[in-house]
Amino acid sequence: MWILLQIELFKIFRRPRTYISFAAIASMILIIQLGLKFDGKSYLQLLMSGISDSFYVPYELILNGYLVAFVILNTLLIHVPLLVALVAGDMVAGEANMGTLRLLVTRPVSRTRLMLAKFTASVIYTVMLLVWMAFLALLLSMLFFGTNDMIIARNDVMEQIGRNDILWRYFAAFGYAAVALSTVAALAFLLSVFAENSIGPIVSTISIVIVLTILSEMKIPLYDNTVKPYLFTSHMLAWKGFFYSKASGDGQAIPGSVENLPAILRSLAVLLSYIALFVTTAIVVFRKKDILS
Amino acid sequence: MQTLKLYGLYLFCLLIRPEAAFCQDATDLVQKVKAKLDQVNDYQADGTMKTNVSFLKVPQAQVKVYFRKPDNFRIRNDQGISLVPKGAVSISLNNLMKGRFTALDMGTETADGQKVRVIKLLPADDNGEIVLSTLYVDEGRLLILKARTTTRESGTYEVDMYYGKYAAYALPDRIVFTFNTKDYKLPKGITFDYDDGSRKNTENKVAETKGRVEIIYHDYLINKGVPDALFH
Repeated sequence: MWILLQIELFKIFRRPRTYISFAAIASMILIIQLGLKFDGKSYLQLLMSGISDSFYVPYELILNGYLVAFVILNTLLIHVPLLVALVAGDMVAGEANMGTLRLLVTRPVSRTRLMLAKFTASVIYTVMLLVWMAFLALLLSMLFFGTNDMIIARNDVMEQIGRNDILWRYFAAFGYAAVALSTVAALAFLLSVFAENSIGPIVSTISIVIVLTILSEMKIPLYDNTVKPYLFTSHMLAWKGFFYSKASGDGQAIPGSVENLPAILRSLAVLLSYIALFVTTAIVVFRKKDILS
Repeated sequence: MQTLKLYGLYLFCLLIRPEAAFCQDATDLVQKVKAKLDQVNDYQADGTMKTNVSFLKVPQAQVKVYFRKPDNFRIRNDQGISLVPKGAVSISLNNLMKGRFTALDMGTETADGQKVRVIKLLPADDNGEIVLSTLYVDEGRLLILKARTTTRESGTYEVDMYYGKYAAYALPDRIVFTFNTKDYKLPKGITFDYDDGSRKNTENKVAETKGRVEIIYHDYLINKGVPDALFH
Protein backbone atom coordinates (compact mmCIF):
# COMPACT_ATOMS: atom_id res chain seq x y z
CA MET A 1 0.00 0.00 0.00
CA TRP A 2 2.84 2.33 0.91
CA ILE A 3 4.55 1.76 -2.43
CA LEU A 4 1.27 2.32 -4.26
CA LEU A 5 0.83 5.56 -2.36
CA GLN A 6 4.37 6.67 -3.18
CA ILE A 7 3.74 5.98 -6.86
CA GLU A 8 0.50 7.99 -6.81
CA LEU A 9 2.17 10.87 -4.99
CA PHE A 10 5.02 10.78 -7.50
CA LYS A 11 2.47 11.02 -10.32
CA ILE A 12 0.75 14.00 -8.69
CA PHE A 13 3.86 15.98 -7.90
CA ARG A 14 5.59 15.17 -11.19
CA ARG A 15 2.96 17.16 -13.10
CA PRO A 16 3.71 20.87 -13.41
CA ARG A 17 0.00 21.74 -13.13
CA THR A 18 -0.03 20.47 -9.55
CA TYR A 19 2.09 23.44 -8.62
CA ILE A 20 -0.30 25.88 -10.27
CA SER A 21 -2.53 25.51 -7.18
CA PHE A 22 0.34 26.33 -4.83
CA ALA A 23 1.33 29.32 -6.95
CA ALA A 24 -2.30 30.48 -7.20
CA ILE A 25 -2.74 30.30 -3.44
CA ALA A 26 0.53 32.13 -2.80
CA SER A 27 -0.34 34.93 -5.20
CA MET A 28 -3.90 35.32 -3.87
CA ILE A 29 -2.67 35.47 -0.29
CA LEU A 30 0.07 37.97 -1.07
CA ILE A 31 -2.39 40.15 -3.00
CA ILE A 32 -4.81 40.17 -0.05
CA GLN A 33 -2.00 40.86 2.43
CA LEU A 34 -0.67 43.69 0.32
CA GLY A 35 -4.13 45.20 -0.09
CA LEU A 36 -4.83 45.05 3.63
CA LYS A 37 -1.40 46.41 4.49
CA PHE A 38 -2.03 49.56 2.46
CA ASP A 39 -5.78 49.97 2.72
CA GLY A 40 -6.90 47.67 5.52
CA LYS A 41 -8.54 50.53 7.37
CA SER A 42 -11.13 51.04 4.61
CA TYR A 43 -11.98 47.35 4.75
CA LEU A 44 -12.30 47.47 8.53
CA GLN A 45 -14.42 50.61 8.39
CA LEU A 46 -16.89 48.69 6.25
CA LEU A 47 -16.92 45.74 8.66
CA MET A 48 -17.11 47.92 11.77
CA SER A 49 -19.61 50.44 10.42
CA GLY A 50 -22.29 48.99 12.68
CA ILE A 51 -20.37 49.72 15.87
CA SER A 52 -18.27 52.75 15.01
CA ASP A 53 -21.16 55.08 15.94
CA SER A 54 -21.19 53.78 19.50
CA PHE A 55 -17.52 52.87 20.10
CA TYR A 56 -14.04 54.18 19.50
CA VAL A 57 -12.64 51.57 17.14
CA PRO A 58 -8.83 51.13 17.28
CA TYR A 59 -8.44 50.08 13.63
CA GLU A 60 -4.65 49.91 13.79
CA LEU A 61 -4.82 47.31 16.59
CA ILE A 62 -7.68 45.33 15.07
CA LEU A 63 -5.83 44.96 11.77
CA ASN A 64 -3.39 42.32 12.99
CA GLY A 65 -2.03 39.04 11.67
CA TYR A 66 -4.76 36.89 13.21
CA LEU A 67 -7.54 38.92 11.61
CA VAL A 68 -5.75 39.03 8.25
CA ALA A 69 -5.39 35.23 8.33
CA PHE A 70 -9.11 34.92 9.11
CA VAL A 71 -10.02 37.22 6.21
CA ILE A 72 -7.79 35.18 3.89
CA LEU A 73 -9.31 31.88 4.96
CA ASN A 74 -12.79 33.35 4.65
CA THR A 75 -12.04 34.32 1.08
CA LEU A 76 -9.97 31.35 -0.02
CA LEU A 77 -11.72 28.41 1.54
CA ILE A 78 -14.56 29.09 -0.88
CA HIS A 79 -12.18 28.88 -3.83
CA VAL A 80 -9.73 26.21 -2.75
CA PRO A 81 -12.22 23.38 -3.51
CA LEU A 82 -11.74 24.30 -7.15
CA LEU A 83 -8.00 23.72 -6.83
CA VAL A 84 -8.57 20.43 -5.03
CA ALA A 85 -10.89 19.27 -7.83
CA LEU A 86 -8.10 19.89 -10.35
CA VAL A 87 -6.06 17.05 -8.94
CA ALA A 88 -8.67 14.70 -7.47
CA GLY A 89 -10.78 14.82 -10.62
CA ASP A 90 -7.76 13.70 -12.61
CA MET A 91 -6.86 10.70 -10.47
CA VAL A 92 -8.71 8.03 -12.47
CA ALA A 93 -9.99 9.92 -15.51
CA GLY A 94 -6.50 11.27 -16.24
CA GLU A 95 -5.14 7.72 -16.43
CA ALA A 96 -8.05 6.70 -18.66
CA ASN A 97 -7.33 9.63 -20.92
CA MET A 98 -3.63 8.74 -21.22
CA GLY A 99 -4.42 5.08 -21.75
CA THR A 100 -2.48 3.94 -18.70
CA LEU A 101 -5.50 2.80 -16.68
CA ARG A 102 -5.78 -0.56 -18.42
CA LEU A 103 -2.08 -1.19 -17.84
CA LEU A 104 -2.43 -0.16 -14.24
CA VAL A 105 -5.19 -2.63 -13.43
CA THR A 106 -3.33 -5.49 -15.06
CA ARG A 107 -0.80 -5.23 -12.20
CA PRO A 108 -1.25 -7.73 -9.35
CA VAL A 109 -2.82 -5.18 -7.04
CA SER A 110 -6.46 -5.22 -6.04
CA ARG A 111 -8.59 -2.44 -7.48
CA THR A 112 -9.74 -1.50 -3.98
CA ARG A 113 -6.19 -0.93 -2.80
CA LEU A 114 -5.38 0.95 -5.95
CA MET A 115 -8.38 3.25 -5.42
CA LEU A 116 -7.58 3.73 -1.74
CA ALA A 117 -4.02 4.67 -2.63
CA LYS A 118 -5.24 7.15 -5.23
CA PHE A 119 -7.71 8.74 -2.84
CA THR A 120 -5.14 8.89 -0.03
CA ALA A 121 -2.74 10.63 -2.41
CA SER A 122 -5.48 13.18 -3.22
CA VAL A 123 -6.03 13.80 0.50
CA ILE A 124 -2.28 14.24 1.06
CA TYR A 125 -2.19 16.78 -1.76
CA THR A 126 -5.19 18.57 -0.19
CA VAL A 127 -3.53 18.64 3.22
CA MET A 128 -0.29 19.96 1.72
CA LEU A 129 -2.25 22.70 -0.01
CA LEU A 130 -3.79 23.60 3.34
CA VAL A 131 -0.46 23.56 5.15
CA TRP A 132 0.92 25.87 2.46
CA MET A 133 -2.09 28.11 2.95
CA ALA A 134 -1.71 28.04 6.73
CA PHE A 135 1.96 28.93 6.45
CA LEU A 136 1.34 31.89 4.16
CA ALA A 137 -1.96 33.09 5.63
CA LEU A 138 -1.15 32.73 9.29
CA LEU A 139 2.60 32.85 9.77
CA LEU A 140 3.33 35.48 7.14
CA SER A 141 0.43 37.63 8.32
CA MET A 142 1.63 37.36 11.93
CA LEU A 143 5.05 38.46 10.72
CA PHE A 144 3.79 41.37 8.57
CA PHE A 145 0.94 42.61 10.77
CA GLY A 146 1.92 41.54 14.29
CA THR A 147 -0.46 39.92 16.74
CA ASN A 148 -3.20 41.12 19.04
CA ASP A 149 -6.71 40.13 20.04
CA MET A 150 -8.86 39.11 17.11
CA ILE A 151 -12.21 40.74 16.40
CA ILE A 152 -14.36 39.05 13.79
CA ALA A 153 -17.65 40.24 12.39
CA ARG A 154 -20.59 37.90 12.22
CA ASN A 155 -23.99 38.65 10.78
CA ASP A 156 -25.46 39.86 14.09
CA VAL A 157 -22.62 39.90 16.60
CA MET A 158 -18.94 40.77 16.86
CA GLU A 159 -16.66 38.25 18.51
CA GLN A 160 -13.45 39.19 20.29
CA ILE A 161 -10.93 36.49 21.09
CA GLY A 162 -7.96 37.11 23.36
CA ARG A 163 -4.57 36.78 21.64
CA ASN A 164 -3.61 33.81 23.84
CA ASP A 165 -6.80 32.02 22.94
CA ILE A 166 -6.45 32.10 19.16
CA LEU A 167 -3.77 29.70 17.87
CA TRP A 168 -5.46 26.49 19.03
CA ARG A 169 -8.60 27.66 17.23
CA TYR A 170 -6.61 28.02 14.02
CA PHE A 171 -5.19 24.51 14.38
CA ALA A 172 -8.68 23.13 14.95
CA ALA A 173 -10.05 25.14 12.02
CA PHE A 174 -7.29 23.92 9.68
CA GLY A 175 -7.92 20.34 10.82
CA TYR A 176 -11.60 20.77 10.08
CA ALA A 177 -10.89 22.45 6.73
CA ALA A 178 -8.75 19.42 5.76
CA VAL A 179 -11.80 17.20 6.23
CA ALA A 180 -14.06 19.67 4.38
CA LEU A 181 -11.71 19.86 1.40
CA SER A 182 -11.26 16.08 1.45
CA THR A 183 -15.02 15.84 0.91
CA VAL A 184 -14.63 17.84 -2.29
CA ALA A 185 -11.66 15.63 -3.22
CA ALA A 186 -13.83 12.55 -2.62
CA LEU A 187 -16.59 13.94 -4.86
CA ALA A 188 -14.14 14.76 -7.65
CA PHE A 189 -12.57 11.32 -7.18
CA LEU A 190 -15.97 9.64 -7.53
CA LEU A 191 -16.85 11.58 -10.68
CA SER A 192 -13.41 10.78 -12.05
CA VAL A 193 -14.32 7.10 -12.13
CA PHE A 194 -17.13 7.74 -14.62
CA ALA A 195 -15.13 9.80 -17.10
CA GLU A 196 -12.56 9.13 -19.79
CA ASN A 197 -10.87 12.51 -19.46
CA SER A 198 -10.35 14.78 -16.49
CA ILE A 199 -12.17 17.89 -17.78
CA GLY A 200 -15.58 16.35 -17.12
CA PRO A 201 -15.10 15.46 -13.43
CA ILE A 202 -13.25 18.71 -12.68
CA VAL A 203 -15.93 20.91 -14.23
CA SER A 204 -18.74 18.79 -12.73
CA THR A 205 -17.23 19.00 -9.24
CA ILE A 206 -16.77 22.75 -9.51
CA SER A 207 -20.35 23.16 -10.77
CA ILE A 208 -21.79 21.00 -7.98
CA VAL A 209 -19.80 22.89 -5.31
CA ILE A 210 -20.89 26.27 -6.70
CA VAL A 211 -24.58 25.35 -6.98
CA LEU A 212 -24.70 23.75 -3.53
CA THR A 213 -22.77 26.65 -1.94
CA ILE A 214 -25.30 29.10 -3.35
CA LEU A 215 -28.12 26.92 -2.02
CA SER A 216 -26.42 26.71 1.40
CA GLU A 217 -26.00 30.47 1.66
CA MET A 218 -29.47 31.46 0.43
CA LYS A 219 -32.03 32.27 3.09
CA ILE A 220 -35.09 30.57 1.65
CA PRO A 221 -37.35 28.98 4.29
CA LEU A 222 -38.39 26.23 1.88
CA TYR A 223 -34.80 24.92 1.77
CA ASP A 224 -33.66 25.85 5.28
CA ASN A 225 -34.87 22.74 7.07
CA THR A 226 -35.48 20.42 4.17
CA VAL A 227 -32.48 20.56 1.87
CA LYS A 228 -29.73 22.59 3.52
CA PRO A 229 -28.94 20.32 6.48
CA TYR A 230 -28.15 17.50 4.04
CA LEU A 231 -25.86 19.45 1.72
CA PHE A 232 -22.18 18.91 2.44
CA THR A 233 -21.52 22.54 1.49
CA SER A 234 -23.67 23.68 4.46
CA HIS A 235 -21.20 21.93 6.76
CA MET A 236 -17.98 23.01 5.07
CA LEU A 237 -18.08 26.39 6.82
CA ALA A 238 -18.16 24.82 10.29
CA TRP A 239 -14.42 25.56 10.70
CA LYS A 240 -15.60 29.04 11.61
CA GLY A 241 -17.45 27.60 14.59
CA PHE A 242 -14.10 27.28 16.37
CA PHE A 243 -13.88 31.09 16.40
CA TYR A 244 -17.29 31.55 18.04
CA SER A 245 -17.04 31.65 21.84
CA LYS A 246 -19.68 30.94 24.45
CA ALA A 247 -20.98 33.93 26.39
CA SER A 248 -21.49 34.08 30.15
CA GLY A 249 -24.77 35.23 31.68
CA ASP A 250 -23.65 38.85 31.66
CA GLY A 251 -22.55 38.78 28.02
CA GLN A 252 -18.79 38.17 28.46
CA ALA A 253 -17.02 35.88 26.01
CA ILE A 254 -15.63 32.87 27.86
CA PRO A 255 -11.97 32.28 26.90
CA GLY A 256 -11.20 28.78 25.64
CA SER A 257 -14.83 27.97 24.92
CA VAL A 258 -16.61 27.08 21.68
CA GLU A 259 -20.18 28.28 21.23
CA ASN A 260 -21.62 25.10 19.77
CA LEU A 261 -19.11 22.24 19.71
CA PRO A 262 -21.79 19.52 19.28
CA ALA A 263 -22.96 21.25 16.07
CA ILE A 264 -19.38 21.32 14.74
CA LEU A 265 -18.92 17.65 15.56
CA ARG A 266 -22.25 16.91 13.88
CA SER A 267 -21.08 18.77 10.78
CA LEU A 268 -17.80 16.86 10.92
CA ALA A 269 -19.72 13.58 11.08
CA VAL A 270 -21.80 14.62 8.06
CA LEU A 271 -18.65 15.40 6.06
CA LEU A 272 -16.97 12.13 7.06
CA SER A 273 -20.13 10.28 6.03
CA TYR A 274 -20.04 11.97 2.64
CA ILE A 275 -16.38 11.04 2.22
CA ALA A 276 -17.15 7.43 3.10
CA LEU A 277 -20.12 7.41 0.71
CA PHE A 278 -18.24 8.97 -2.21
CA VAL A 279 -15.11 6.82 -1.82
CA THR A 280 -17.04 3.58 -1.27
CA THR A 281 -19.20 4.28 -4.31
CA ALA A 282 -16.11 5.10 -6.34
CA ILE A 283 -14.47 1.82 -5.29
CA VAL A 284 -17.61 -0.26 -5.96
CA VAL A 285 -18.08 1.30 -9.40
CA PHE A 286 -14.40 0.94 -10.25
CA ARG A 287 -14.32 -2.69 -9.19
CA LYS A 288 -17.18 -3.49 -11.56
CA LYS A 289 -15.98 -1.24 -14.32
CA ASP A 290 -15.11 -2.71 -17.66
CA ILE A 291 -11.99 -0.78 -18.52
CA LEU A 292 -11.75 -0.29 -22.25
CA SER A 293 -9.54 2.78 -22.46
CA MET B 1 -31.29 83.38 24.28
CA GLN B 2 -29.46 81.27 26.86
CA THR B 3 -30.49 83.65 29.66
CA LEU B 4 -34.08 83.50 28.53
CA LYS B 5 -33.96 79.71 28.48
CA LEU B 6 -32.52 79.55 31.98
CA TYR B 7 -35.05 82.05 33.27
CA GLY B 8 -37.90 79.98 31.81
CA LEU B 9 -36.50 76.83 33.37
CA TYR B 10 -36.12 78.61 36.70
CA LEU B 11 -39.76 79.72 36.67
CA PHE B 12 -40.83 76.22 35.72
CA CYS B 13 -38.84 74.83 38.66
CA LEU B 14 -40.50 77.31 40.99
CA LEU B 15 -43.92 76.25 39.86
CA ILE B 16 -43.44 72.52 40.23
CA ARG B 17 -40.91 72.47 43.07
CA PRO B 18 -40.77 75.43 45.38
CA GLU B 19 -37.53 74.16 46.87
CA ALA B 20 -35.90 74.82 43.52
CA ALA B 21 -35.84 78.43 44.58
CA PHE B 22 -32.71 77.44 46.40
CA CYS B 23 -30.67 77.22 43.26
CA GLN B 24 -27.86 78.91 45.12
CA ASP B 25 -27.80 75.95 47.52
CA ALA B 26 -27.48 73.64 44.58
CA THR B 27 -24.58 75.69 43.23
CA ASP B 28 -22.91 75.59 46.64
CA LEU B 29 -23.32 71.86 46.83
CA VAL B 30 -21.92 71.39 43.33
CA GLN B 31 -18.98 73.65 44.19
CA LYS B 32 -18.25 71.57 47.29
CA VAL B 33 -18.43 68.36 45.27
CA LYS B 34 -16.22 69.94 42.64
CA ALA B 35 -13.73 71.04 45.29
CA LYS B 36 -13.55 67.45 46.49
CA LEU B 37 -12.98 66.22 42.95
CA ASP B 38 -10.39 68.93 42.45
CA GLN B 39 -8.13 67.33 45.05
CA VAL B 40 -7.20 64.92 42.33
CA ASN B 41 -4.99 66.44 39.66
CA ASP B 42 -4.34 63.14 37.98
CA TYR B 43 -4.65 59.44 38.59
CA GLN B 44 -3.96 56.12 37.02
CA ALA B 45 -5.79 53.01 38.02
CA ASP B 46 -5.79 49.32 37.17
CA GLY B 47 -9.19 47.95 36.45
CA THR B 48 -11.21 45.04 35.17
CA MET B 49 -13.54 46.01 32.37
CA LYS B 50 -16.67 44.05 31.54
CA THR B 51 -18.62 44.90 28.41
CA ASN B 52 -22.23 43.87 28.10
CA VAL B 53 -23.65 44.84 24.73
CA SER B 54 -26.13 42.63 22.88
CA PHE B 55 -24.08 42.52 19.67
CA LEU B 56 -20.62 42.24 21.23
CA LYS B 57 -19.06 39.12 22.65
CA VAL B 58 -15.98 40.43 24.39
CA PRO B 59 -13.91 38.79 27.12
CA GLN B 60 -13.31 40.53 30.41
CA ALA B 61 -10.28 42.82 30.03
CA GLN B 62 -7.59 44.17 32.33
CA VAL B 63 -7.36 47.89 31.61
CA LYS B 64 -5.56 50.94 32.84
CA VAL B 65 -7.52 54.14 33.33
CA TYR B 66 -5.71 57.47 33.14
CA PHE B 67 -6.97 60.93 34.05
CA ARG B 68 -5.27 64.28 34.12
CA LYS B 69 -6.80 67.69 34.64
CA PRO B 70 -8.59 69.37 33.08
CA ASP B 71 -10.24 66.79 30.84
CA ASN B 72 -7.73 64.17 29.72
CA PHE B 73 -9.20 60.73 30.16
CA ARG B 74 -8.14 57.46 28.60
CA ILE B 75 -8.91 53.78 29.01
CA ARG B 76 -6.09 51.58 27.69
CA ASN B 77 -5.72 47.86 27.33
CA ASP B 78 -2.02 47.12 27.00
CA GLN B 79 -2.56 43.36 26.72
CA GLY B 80 -5.15 43.46 23.98
CA ILE B 81 -7.97 45.46 22.48
CA SER B 82 -10.78 47.17 24.34
CA LEU B 83 -13.67 48.78 22.55
CA VAL B 84 -14.43 51.88 24.57
CA PRO B 85 -17.89 53.43 24.18
CA LYS B 86 -18.07 56.96 22.90
CA GLY B 87 -19.00 59.23 25.76
CA ALA B 88 -16.94 57.18 28.20
CA VAL B 89 -15.16 60.43 28.93
CA SER B 90 -18.15 61.28 31.13
CA ILE B 91 -16.99 58.50 33.46
CA SER B 92 -14.65 61.20 34.65
CA LEU B 93 -16.92 63.51 36.61
CA ASN B 94 -14.55 66.44 36.26
CA ASN B 95 -15.61 66.62 32.65
CA LEU B 96 -19.22 67.19 33.60
CA MET B 97 -18.37 70.16 35.78
CA LYS B 98 -15.86 71.94 33.65
CA GLY B 99 -16.69 75.38 32.27
CA ARG B 100 -19.54 77.60 33.43
CA PHE B 101 -22.89 76.08 34.25
CA THR B 102 -26.10 76.73 36.12
CA ALA B 103 -27.08 74.28 38.86
CA LEU B 104 -30.72 73.63 39.63
CA ASP B 105 -31.91 71.81 42.71
CA MET B 106 -34.52 69.24 41.76
CA GLY B 107 -35.15 67.99 45.29
CA THR B 108 -34.33 64.62 46.74
CA GLU B 109 -34.72 61.05 45.56
CA THR B 110 -33.63 57.65 46.66
CA ALA B 111 -30.81 55.98 44.78
CA ASP B 112 -29.49 52.58 45.81
CA GLY B 113 -31.54 52.81 49.03
CA GLN B 114 -29.93 56.07 49.90
CA LYS B 115 -31.38 59.59 49.99
CA VAL B 116 -29.68 61.75 47.39
CA ARG B 117 -30.05 65.30 46.15
CA VAL B 118 -30.85 65.65 42.48
CA ILE B 119 -29.13 68.51 40.72
CA LYS B 120 -29.40 69.47 37.09
CA LEU B 121 -26.43 71.17 35.47
CA LEU B 122 -27.05 73.39 32.49
CA PRO B 123 -23.85 74.32 30.69
CA ALA B 124 -23.57 78.00 29.80
CA ASP B 125 -22.03 77.12 26.44
CA ASP B 126 -24.85 76.75 23.92
CA ASN B 127 -22.63 74.92 21.45
CA GLY B 128 -20.97 72.45 23.81
CA GLU B 129 -21.39 68.70 23.39
CA ILE B 130 -23.11 68.29 26.77
CA VAL B 131 -26.67 69.61 26.78
CA LEU B 132 -27.74 68.64 30.28
CA SER B 133 -26.36 66.65 33.21
CA THR B 134 -28.30 65.31 36.16
CA LEU B 135 -26.30 64.49 39.27
CA TYR B 136 -27.50 62.40 42.20
CA VAL B 137 -25.40 63.63 45.09
CA ASP B 138 -24.84 62.09 48.51
CA GLU B 139 -24.79 65.35 50.47
CA GLY B 140 -23.23 63.87 53.58
CA ARG B 141 -20.17 62.44 51.85
CA LEU B 142 -20.16 64.95 48.96
CA LEU B 143 -20.12 62.13 46.43
CA ILE B 144 -21.90 61.79 43.12
CA LEU B 145 -23.59 58.40 43.11
CA LYS B 146 -25.10 58.67 39.70
CA ALA B 147 -24.82 61.01 36.72
CA ARG B 148 -27.00 61.16 33.65
CA THR B 149 -25.63 63.16 30.73
CA THR B 150 -27.49 64.16 27.60
CA THR B 151 -25.22 65.00 24.70
CA ARG B 152 -25.84 66.75 21.43
CA GLU B 153 -24.48 64.00 19.16
CA SER B 154 -24.41 60.73 21.03
CA GLY B 155 -27.58 60.44 23.07
CA THR B 156 -27.77 59.94 26.83
CA TYR B 157 -25.23 58.28 29.11
CA GLU B 158 -25.61 57.13 32.67
CA VAL B 159 -22.83 56.46 35.13
CA ASP B 160 -23.46 54.72 38.46
CA MET B 161 -20.65 54.97 40.95
CA TYR B 162 -19.93 52.80 43.96
CA TYR B 163 -17.40 54.07 46.45
CA GLY B 164 -15.08 52.32 48.85
CA LYS B 165 -11.60 53.04 50.07
CA TYR B 166 -10.98 56.00 47.74
CA ALA B 167 -14.18 57.84 48.69
CA ALA B 168 -12.09 60.58 50.33
CA TYR B 169 -10.85 61.50 46.83
CA ALA B 170 -14.31 61.02 45.29
CA LEU B 171 -12.89 58.15 43.22
CA PRO B 172 -15.15 55.13 42.84
CA ASP B 173 -14.22 51.47 43.32
CA ARG B 174 -16.68 50.44 40.66
CA ILE B 175 -18.55 52.25 37.94
CA VAL B 176 -21.31 51.09 35.64
CA PHE B 177 -21.57 53.08 32.43
CA THR B 178 -24.83 52.70 30.50
CA PHE B 179 -25.17 54.05 26.97
CA ASN B 180 -27.38 53.87 23.90
CA THR B 181 -26.42 51.54 21.09
CA LYS B 182 -27.60 51.28 17.53
CA ASP B 183 -28.73 48.07 15.92
CA TYR B 184 -25.92 46.00 14.42
CA LYS B 185 -26.41 43.83 11.36
CA LEU B 186 -24.11 42.81 8.50
CA PRO B 187 -25.29 41.08 5.30
CA LYS B 188 -24.63 37.33 5.29
CA GLY B 189 -23.02 37.74 1.88
CA ILE B 190 -20.19 39.59 3.59
CA THR B 191 -19.71 37.43 6.65
CA PHE B 192 -20.43 33.91 5.28
CA ASP B 193 -21.38 32.78 8.78
CA TYR B 194 -21.51 29.16 9.80
CA ASP B 195 -25.16 28.50 10.55
CA ASP B 196 -25.32 25.80 13.22
CA GLY B 197 -29.08 26.20 13.58
CA SER B 198 -28.89 27.48 17.15
CA ARG B 199 -29.42 31.17 16.41
CA LYS B 200 -32.74 30.89 14.53
CA ASN B 201 -34.76 31.85 17.60
CA THR B 202 -32.79 35.00 18.18
CA GLU B 203 -33.33 36.46 14.74
CA ASN B 204 -36.69 38.04 15.51
CA LYS B 205 -35.64 39.20 18.96
CA VAL B 206 -36.05 42.93 19.54
CA ALA B 207 -32.57 44.44 19.56
CA GLU B 208 -31.30 45.68 22.91
CA THR B 209 -30.70 49.39 22.64
CA LYS B 210 -28.69 49.82 25.86
CA GLY B 211 -25.13 48.78 26.43
CA ARG B 212 -23.26 48.51 29.73
CA VAL B 213 -19.61 48.78 30.58
CA GLU B 214 -18.50 48.04 34.10
CA ILE B 215 -15.07 48.90 35.44
CA ILE B 216 -13.90 47.53 38.76
CA TYR B 217 -10.90 49.49 39.97
CA HIS B 218 -8.20 47.61 41.87
CA ASP B 219 -5.72 50.34 42.59
CA TYR B 220 -5.34 54.05 42.20
CA LEU B 221 -2.15 56.05 41.95
CA ILE B 222 -3.29 59.57 42.77
CA ASN B 223 -1.44 62.79 42.02
CA LYS B 224 1.75 61.03 40.97
CA GLY B 225 1.74 62.50 37.47
CA VAL B 226 0.61 60.93 34.23
CA PRO B 227 2.77 61.37 31.10
CA ASP B 228 1.28 63.26 28.20
CA ALA B 229 2.01 60.43 25.79
CA LEU B 230 -0.57 58.20 27.45
CA PHE B 231 -3.40 60.39 26.21
CA HIS B 232 -2.41 60.20 22.55
